[in-house]
Amino acid sequence: RLGPVRWTKVTATGCTASTPPILSVRPSRALVDEAFEVLVENLPPVSPFTLRSLLHSEDGDDWEAYGRYVSDHSGRVSVSEDLSFGGTYSGMEPMGLIWSLRPVPGSRTGLRLRKKDVTTPMLITISLYNGHEDFRDNSPLVSMVTERWYMGPGIQRIEITDGELRGALFIPPGPGPFPGILDLWGGGGGLLEYRSALLASRGYVCLALEYFKTGQMKSTDMSFEYFENAYHVLKDHPQVIPDRVGIISLCLGTIVTLGLVAESTEIKVSLLLTKTYEFNKIRVDENNHQIWRDVGLALLQEPSMKVDVAKINCPLLLVNGCDDQNWCAVETADDISKTMNAAGKGHLLTRLDYPETGHLIEPPFSPHCPAGNIIMYSSNQKVIQRYGGKTKPHSDAQDDSWRKILSFLRHHLYCSQKAKM
Amino acid sequence: MDEKRCCVTLSVQPSRGLVDEKFVILVQNSFPSSLLTIYAHHQCEDGYSWHAFAHYTSDATGAVNVSEDCSTGGTYSGVEAMGLLWSLKPVPGSKPGLRMRKKNVQAPMVVTISVYSGHLTEGFEDQVPLAGVEVERWYMAPGVRRIPVTEDGLTATLFLPSGPGPFPGLLDLWGGGGQLVEYRAALLASHGIASMAIDYLTCKYTMETGKIVEQDYFEMAYKFLQKHPKVLGSRIAMLGLSLGTSVILKMAVHSQIMKLSCAVCVSGSHVQPMDGFLKEMVDRYKNWGSDRFTKDNKVVWRDLLLPIPTDLSLKVDVGKLQCPLMLIVGEDDQNWCPHESAMDMKGMMERAGNNHLLTLLSYPNAGHLIEPPYMPHTRVSNYRDVLSQQKRMVLWGGQTLEHSRAQEDAWRKLLVFLRKNLYSGVKSGSLSLSNL
Repeated sequence: RLGPVRWTKVTATGCTASTPPILSVRPSRALVDEAFEVLVENLPPVSPFTLRSLLHSEDGDDWEAYGRYVSDHSGRVSVSEDLSFGGTYSGMEPMGLIWSLRPVPGSRTGLRLRKKDVTTPMLITISLYNGHEDFRDNSPLVSMVTERWYMGPGIQRIEITDGELRGALFIPPGPGPFPGILDLWGGGGGLLEYRSALLASRGYVCLALEYFKTGQMKSTDMSFEYFENAYHVLKDHPQVIPDRVGIISLCLGTIVTLGLVAESTEIKVSLLLTKTYEFNKIRVDENNHQIWRDVGLALLQEPSMKVDVAKINCPLLLVNGCDDQNWCAVETADDISKTMNAAGKGHLLTRLDYPETGHLIEPPFSPHCPAGNIIMYSSNQKVIQRYGGKTKPHSDAQDDSWRKILSFLRHHLYCSQKAKM
Repeated sequence: MDEKRCCVTLSVQPSRGLVDEKFVILVQNSFPSSLLTIYAHHQCEDGYSWHAFAHYTSDATGAVNVSEDCSTGGTYSGVEAMGLLWSLKPVPGSKPGLRMRKKNVQAPMVVTISVYSGHLTEGFEDQVPLAGVEVERWYMAPGVRRIPVTEDGLTATLFLPSGPGPFPGLLDLWGGGGQLVEYRAALLASHGIASMAIDYLTCKYTMETGKIVEQDYFEMAYKFLQKHPKVLGSRIAMLGLSLGTSVILKMAVHSQIMKLSCAVCVSGSHVQPMDGFLKEMVDRYKNWGSDRFTKDNKVVWRDLLLPIPTDLSLKVDVGKLQCPLMLIVGEDDQNWCPHESAMDMKGMMERAGNNHLLTLLSYPNAGHLIEPPYMPHTRVSNYRDVLSQQKRMVLWGGQTLEHSRAQEDAWRKLLVFLRKNLYSGVKSGSLSLSNL
């Protein structure tokens, strides 16, 4: 932790109208998993400045991040190379202005930053202020807008309303065909397209599947057929290579995934889990946020509640946060690992366990969400669930895991024939 | 199904870039040492198709990196990161004399880049590529604002950079073809300069009255920028190509109102009747006499101002210039004689003792149309000169490879020159204040 910095030369100059600073962000339009370089030039030498990012979300909230910098003797600040002396991030953090975004003071609680309309970019304004004091009352010296996109150029987005199937299909440009990915989200429900859009930008036909509307997870059987149907729609699509289809999922979606890859169509995987959630196992923390970890722990003790992972025959990558306060991800992974090893299937399993990382492992540079609003399906009331994780390690985990997920997908869906050569 | 095909990946980074930004094209997962053709296709706003292609051989890992590997044939050869853009040509069978110029700068130029198996030179439409991506090339950075200007009798468009400002300003002039050409001003605004593209030949005033504008039109444009709340009135530059250069040099030396921070003159000359302005130039052009034609019937106008006169009533006395001047000239310019003019200007400034203000960039084998980088070189095109009312197939000159290199080098140096003269605290006596 850095202590206060003493300046040997006190410069009261700041910037003037006659020497405007020059701010550049490269690239100014990027995909959300791409890094950028923020550079400021033409500054007075060895002077304090604050760089701040500001995003106005689709929900109408303002998110910000900021770092405190000191210009060098050539009047330059480079976020990629220089140290932040504090702010919402510190140290050498080229992307700190994005991953440390948080709701501005005075915002509503339990917010989560999630883009719904993926056909437009996130607009982030990067501004430079004089000094290290509170910048809120000051005007920026210079600022620049940068676009962050989930969809690359030429990606096609098709809404799926084929009978009962609900989702969005993303197809990369080019002749195809491409490997396919079925994208399943978690207990929050609704249709979230951004991961699928991003995966399509990386060369996959991706189907983001909605399987229940927000807040409507009922304790009825959701038929296995729905998911198998989705899998077949994807597999049979003319732009998809039928024997190169994978599934990516988060949270509740993982249960479905495991079921899909392990079981045949005869057995229904019902979300009976919701009926038998032992609500007395939900703890509440000091902020009155709900911790659901122990619910999962209890379930792990119930063999009838578990998918028989010994039946899995495809490669499986498990990504876990060690500080997941919502699901006992690590213990679950241990359990899966044990079962698969015993069945001689251990070679199919890869797991990545990230320390001090919470439940919501999102694409890189997404702001860390330690707790979020969710509608309780049982009582329809809004509560705040704790997800866990500390911002910096969690952000590093998002960055690292995304690259490893992409290389896992590429290895198995793009290149596996090379192993045969 | 061809097993090979599903493996090959093609990526272009950045997929959305400014037109003067480089990109990296990467092919991966092809068979090692395989013959590949990388192909670029663009349909311009006028509906014409342009294409470029290059032949590569993948390395031992099955990869091709266009920034590092050598093209062995196609519309360019050698190691050329941006060759697929600057070597774009109209597809075979196109109308002759085409020139690619973006009209709507608020939308990107979209280029499709594909990779084919083998070394192809034609028939791309009949083959299925191994992979293809779309790339966007933008003249406007995010946050740049486009503002049409009609006040004070002007026909112009102002581009303001992203941010609170105020910003240094620039007046952007094109040549004898007239129209309101916005793309260079939009790009300069993306680099932090409030730039105003001006139509001075086919402007509203001229279309309505039939008269050509006088000096006060440009002074009006300068004053508009000077008093604009988002512009630093003491930091205004001018940039011009061809006939635009004539205007700039005249104004820089003779205008009492314009105090330019600097001027950039591309492919132009200081030769003009000093007892008049644009109207007098028209009269002079009408007395040009017969055009000179090449063997294939392209008109060459470069001789018209030659030899450079010694008479000071026939050229701007640049010895009186008081602001930094950058001259960018192509030595293969077949339309004007900027190289000879530049040499003459250099001599005048040396004799006057103000040549420390001069930066001269002279490019062998570059032609007349020295534009922002990576745009296709136009050696010949259909052209209608507004002043002389002549329409011809004009030879601009330049050899594509050297011309493209010149465009890249000149643009980079132009930006550094503008930055130095518009952004640095060169004016002495500027006090330091706290926050703006």
